[in-house]
Amino acid sequence: MTPPRPMPELVCPAGTPAALKAAVDAGADAVYFGFRDRTNARNFPGLNFSHEEVRDAVAFCHRTGVRPMVAINTFPDATDETPWHRAVDTAARAGAHAVIVADAGVAAYAARTWPDLRLHLSVQASAANPEAIRWYRDAFGISRVVLPRVFTVDQVRDTIAAVPDVEMEVFVFGGLCVMAEGRCSLSSYAAGRSPNKDGVCSPAERVRYEQDGAVMVSRLGPHVINRFGPGEEAGYPTLCKGRFKAGGQAGYLFEDPVSLDAGPILPDLAAAGVAAFKIEGRQRGKAYISAVVKSLRETLGGGTARVADRQRFLEGGRATEGAYRKSWR
Amino acid sequence: MTLHLTLGPVQYNWPVERRREFYRQIAASAVDTVVLGETVCFRRSPFLREAMAEEAALLLAAGKRVVLSTLALAVSAAERADVAALCGQADLLTEANDAGALYHLRGRPHWAGPFLNTYAPGTLAVLAANGAEQVCLPWELSLDSLRPLGRTAAGLRLEVPVFGRVPLAISARCYHARLHGLAKDGCQYVCDRDPAGLTVETLEGADFLRINGVQTLSGAVHAAIHEVAALREAGVESLRLMPEAGDMVAVIAAFRAVADGQADPETAERVIREATGGEPLCNGFLHGVDGTAWVGEAAA
Repeated sequence: MTPPRPMPELVCPAGTPAALKAAVDAGADAVYFGFRDRTNARNFPGLNFSHEEVRDAVAFCHRTGVRPMVAINTFPDATDETPWHRAVDTAARAGAHAVIVADAGVAAYAARTWPDLRLHLSVQASAANPEAIRWYRDAFGISRVVLPRVFTVDQVRDTIAAVPDVEMEVFVFGGLCVMAEGRCSLSSYAAGRSPNKDGVCSPAERVRYEQDGAVMVSRLGPHVINRFGPGEEAGYPTLCKGRFKAGGQAGYLFEDPVSLDAGPILPDLAAAGVAAFKIEGRQRGKAYISAVVKSLRETLGGGTARVADRQRFLEGGRATEGAYRKSWR
Repeated sequence: MTLHLTLGPVQYNWPVERRREFYRQIAASAVDTVVLGETVCFRRSPFLREAMAEEAALLLAAGKRVVLSTLALAVSAAERADVAALCGQADLLTEANDAGALYHLRGRPHWAGPFLNTYAPGTLAVLAANGAEQVCLPWELSLDSLRPLGRTAAGLRLEVPVFGRVPLAISARCYHARLHGLAKDGCQYVCDRDPAGLTVETLEGADFLRINGVQTLSGAVHAAIHEVAALREAGVESLRLMPEAGDMVAVIAAFRAVADGQADPETAERVIREATGGEPLCNGFLHGVDGTAWVGEAAA
């Protein structure tokens, strides 16, 4: 008889020490956070951890029985790779449970310098098939892969079956890239900085809102990303969530303003054999972290009373199951 | 040293007849290497397999080197099998565009394509250890970031994309199908209606992007003609041009002439503008500014 599969762990974001505490209090199994620089993919003003704060955060996690994971998931600047290497060193010395890396060079550095450090492959590495996962496993000893948000549930199951010795983590809630992660330069094309190089998408310093009569116009650099009529909530001008004109139509060409909520299919994903459920949102505050973690924790236990608690944080008030359902095919 | 010119794979869903005529012209052009392969959408491949074999034979007979490039995003069993087959063939060198292809090609000579994220020397070292002989760097790299790569690329030939609409993103979702109200698996191949991509404008009517099936391309055509000398000084040995509508043979000749010191970049820029039918040009990525920007000769 096969032993019962353990419940997937809940991996929660923390953009600040306060959010970290909220995640731990709310019942996170693991928490991920990054350094206050270009080495992580949420390089936003007022967010993230200094090297000293990372050391404190790792110690706090160990005291409270939560696994600390450090995201070092951008691609190094060729002119100076040392911030990425220093980030790995600090995480390893602090005793992080794992570092989450995207770049093969950073993975190689970590594997060479800290052979006992557990490596997780970031979604930014875009390992979208079993062969890619095997390449990272064989080259660097990757223990877990965060799967790109391009898979159906069936493909998740097949991928796990194809590479059973690598754990798979999947996103279940939060902001959703409609483009394959780590393969997108829309932001740097329009506004100079990109997720890969800078850890930033649609950079805040290039965002403007201007009133045009009754219409609120949002711009990224010089480009109009959306126009909101009276009564419409003026969302952040993330490029791929904007309204554009093409083929004689105007509208949300790439993706509507929605967030991922895989709550309804958590049992399917668990049955597929995923090791961990990941929540997006290191840029979000304590209230989001606390509500979403508690709500998903309850859903994992089969309850339904707290579903609305997380749904109030959905972008545009709407949920999608993204690529997991076959509607994209 | 002579700069090598590579013509990348056609990104658009061009019909076989158009491709045949295109590669007949390319066979007589000044490129050294032609990369063939469907890198964007596997659903186009069945129509192209035979055509590509003919194209390869034609180009080889004309003295060109031919390299086969793999899908950038291979997820389904059929897509994975396509990558495995390309990596398994031994007639021509294969260019890897994802880590799955790197897995198949490990320990054998291959090229690393522009869809792999090669931003830093540490990454180059990993690719070299895997067997890469040439690495095409990402489009969004600046000249400042290229220079350290050029200094450390021992044994590897570095290539930089210098011409064409920039492949900015790829998705599991097909935007052509979405726009036409079709499912991706029943797309009716509607992307073939837009041989230079479908124009995406902002709501105030500014030309912004092109959609090309699952791919999103830049609206402007990247043209790094003023940067050829700087690229050479940075240690770049090969320049990659992507097929676009218009007079590609003239575009190739313009880059060849500048690379050989036979033409000044100003003259070549005029040729490129005419050959591309007056499309807006951009080169901002190389200068570390918005990719949409055009930085003229003075700053380069």
